[in-house]
Amino acid sequence: MSAATTAASSAGPDPVLDVRELVVSFSTDTGRVDAVRGVDLQVRPGETLALVGESGSGKSTVAFATMGLLAGNATTGGRIVVGGADVVGADERELRSVRGRTAAMVFQEPATALDPLTRVGDQIAEVIRNHRDRPASAARAEAVQLLRRVGIPDPESRSRAFPFEMSGGQRQRVVIAMAIANDPRLLVADEPTTALDVTVQAEILELLRGLSAEHGTGVLLVTHNMGVVADFADRVAVMYQGEVVETGPVDEVLLRPRHEYTRRLLAAVPRLQVLEAGAAPVAEPRPHRNGDEVVDLQHVSVRYGHGRHAVQALTDVSFDVRAGETVGLVGESGSGKSTAARVALGLVAPAEGAVALFGRDLSRTGTRARRQLRSGIGVVLQDPVASLDSRMDVGQLVAEPLRIHRRRMSRTERERRVAEVLDAVQLPAAFTRRAPRELSGGQRQRVSLARALVLEPRLLVADEPTSALDVSVQGAVLDVIRELQQQLGFACLFVSHDLAVVQDFCRRVVVMRAGRIEEQGPTGTTLITPTSDYTRHLLAAVPVPDPRVQRRRRAARRDLLQAGGTVEAG
Amino acid sequence: MTVPVVPADPAVRPSSRGPSPVRLFLRNRLAVVGLVVVALAVLFCFLGPLLHPTDQLQTALDRANLPPSAGYPLGTDAVGHDQLGRLMYGGRTSLLVGLAAGVLATVVGMLWGSVAGYAGGWVDAVMMRVVDAGIAIPALFILLVVSAIWKPDTTGLVLILGLVSWLVPARLVRAETLSLKNRDYLLTLRAIGGGHTRAITRHILPNSISTIVVAATFQIADAILLVAYVSYLGLGLQPPATDWGAMLSAGLTAAYSGRWWLILPPGFAVILVVFAINAIGDGLRDVFDVKGH
Repeated sequence: MSAATTAASSAGPDPVLDVRELVVSFSTDTGRVDAVRGVDLQVRPGETLALVGESGSGKSTVAFATMGLLAGNATTGGRIVVGGADVVGADERELRSVRGRTAAMVFQEPATALDPLTRVGDQIAEVIRNHRDRPASAARAEAVQLLRRVGIPDPESRSRAFPFEMSGGQRQRVVIAMAIANDPRLLVADEPTTALDVTVQAEILELLRGLSAEHGTGVLLVTHNMGVVADFADRVAVMYQGEVVETGPVDEVLLRPRHEYTRRLLAAVPRLQVLEAGAAPVAEPRPHRNGDEVVDLQHVSVRYGHGRHAVQALTDVSFDVRAGETVGLVGESGSGKSTAARVALGLVAPAEGAVALFGRDLSRTGTRARRQLRSGIGVVLQDPVASLDSRMDVGQLVAEPLRIHRRRMSRTERERRVAEVLDAVQLPAAFTRRAPRELSGGQRQRVSLARALVLEPRLLVADEPTSALDVSVQGAVLDVIRELQQQLGFACLFVSHDLAVVQDFCRRVVVMRAGRIEEQGPTGTTLITPTSDYTRHLLAAVPVPDPRVQRRRRAARRDLLQAGGTVEAG
Repeated sequence: MTVPVVPADPAVRPSSRGPSPVRLFLRNRLAVVGLVVVALAVLFCFLGPLLHPTDQLQTALDRANLPPSAGYPLGTDAVGHDQLGRLMYGGRTSLLVGLAAGVLATVVGMLWGSVAGYAGGWVDAVMMRVVDAGIAIPALFILLVVSAIWKPDTTGLVLILGLVSWLVPARLVRAETLSLKNRDYLLTLRAIGGGHTRAITRHILPNSISTIVVAATFQIADAILLVAYVSYLGLGLQPPATDWGAMLSAGLTAAYSGRWWLILPPGFAVILVVFAINAIGDGLRDVFDVKGH
């Protein structure tokens, strides 16, 4: 880094957050864990510092330490000065005057950050009255103003709403309104958009950017998403194993990373290929589709519940997956993509339409034949913890499909097959005796994958298989699937909300919205030059990890929204 | 993201395994005391007669109601049985019947509850209404009616006690099953064609083991108390067979004549053992309720 940028970042007004040599360790049942090992950070008024890193890097611990919110088993050393007040070693009374007044926090999950039994206006008013001597009526009026500022339409009536009456995006706006209620000088946002859909994420980031610029609030943004960093941050601090390995302006760190770890991290981030204005569309040959249909959904509708309470989960959904092909099923939460995958698996029976698995109509097959058909399917689900029975060891888990469908297999044959398939997903054979809780998230998903592939299926259904994983781990798991697919030739139905991953991984894509198919086609066409407005909005909302490109995309998205193509989201 | 009390990255974690189950159990002092008490009670009842052999079959009215002395450490009862020996002899029945009835109740309840919860729908509704109906009738009432009609032997007592007390474990296991049956691994099992029996026996029951084991210990304690109730009311085993409840009942007539050795020892024995088993149950709960399960 040049001396000029160092000088630039140390000039200007006093920082609102000054962290010096912060050390945090937790005492646990199994000994002491050093979560943060000597971190220095400064956030100046009006500046956004992104603290990025993978799980276990200590980034959230830094954020919680800033607010004095660490769990009781934590020991903190070093100095944290928030707006002139020292947080380390402060007692509860001193901390209360900092929290919500000098510094405020925006949490990841808006559903749990709000009290479900209190009207949102009253929750905001409470935050105001905690710190300022206001009559209740004035505080309530101020709450309405705050709701207006965070872009809640019709704030007078919405202030009387309960959290469950609002969408996820609106709830996060309420959380932000509470955070800015006392004009804090520092906003600590811990993964503020991770629980939200991309279109909602774009709006929330827009809001935070506006608020920070308007009032000169400093923002400490904790995130794992490099696209969000590129979109929102001025400076970046990269954390790895409790230490900051690299700090600098966003353009420097994201475009010219100096530290080895930052480079690795950025290389692992899947990048959405985008058509920049003016560039010629990439001509991609239409993938030939002459394999057998492995799974085929025809005009499928699914309803949950009965009578007046029935929910239409899918409406007239038709798509197929052919042998050896990878089809991506994308959409935001509630789009019905997981339901569609469950219909394909035969776990959800359609109310209308037909589902054929390997050419056999599922509604016309008997129980026994259906079980036989299912031996041709492998399944990998999202949650690495819930997917594996914690009472079994890895060997038992992977062998389970063999015990169901290859009952005559001898014990030695079974053990050999398990060892083979563990080797295929690049896990050491010694793992057979391990319990799932001894494995990392990525290793668990490999075990799931090994279990899915042990019968050499013709179809792999993967429902968000890498969404709970860190990017570097995600890349490795996707590579394993891709490699095995080339060797074994199974078809893959890949459900994901991450357009960049789907673009990279799938040949064809089906875009879903509110239980219907919005459009489908080859990935290279549909996700580069989409024909439907919805797909266009979805793509425009994805932040890319290149700050310069992202600035242009942000402007383009604003134009797209102003052009009238408003898509109601969240 | 919440505050990482234990960081997720195994590289940073000193050891991926938590404290061993034995260590967790030993950490609960009361449970350790309970375990020691139960172990001593078992030794007392089953090995005690070797050190202190007595005749519990023949009555000997010439040495009835003797106070404690060197020859009879706890005195003798109204028909001349050595009271210390009788405490051992009766304790065998109490412990055996309690254990067998508690285990029987837990096994029946476990199967009933897991099938009801897993099947769901009308099967669940019917099975659980049966349980509700059973709970609505006091167990003691059923016990009294049955044992009034039919004087039970030890096996009979176990069956009766087991079959009136499976209702609570059934409810507990059903609740556990409901929360387990929508886990991803069971969804995966269904998707790849796994059967219902496998789902229940290989996944749901092993994962309910904490509920089941804890329920079982409390059932055993309850069953020992129930045996005592029934026998106390004179409807249990017939003499010369006895248990702590029957001893209490027999001693009651002597309550006002100062023959404390007929009442206090069996009374304390019941209280001590029931308390100890409950403490063990509490300790087992600590062992099984480990985070990450």
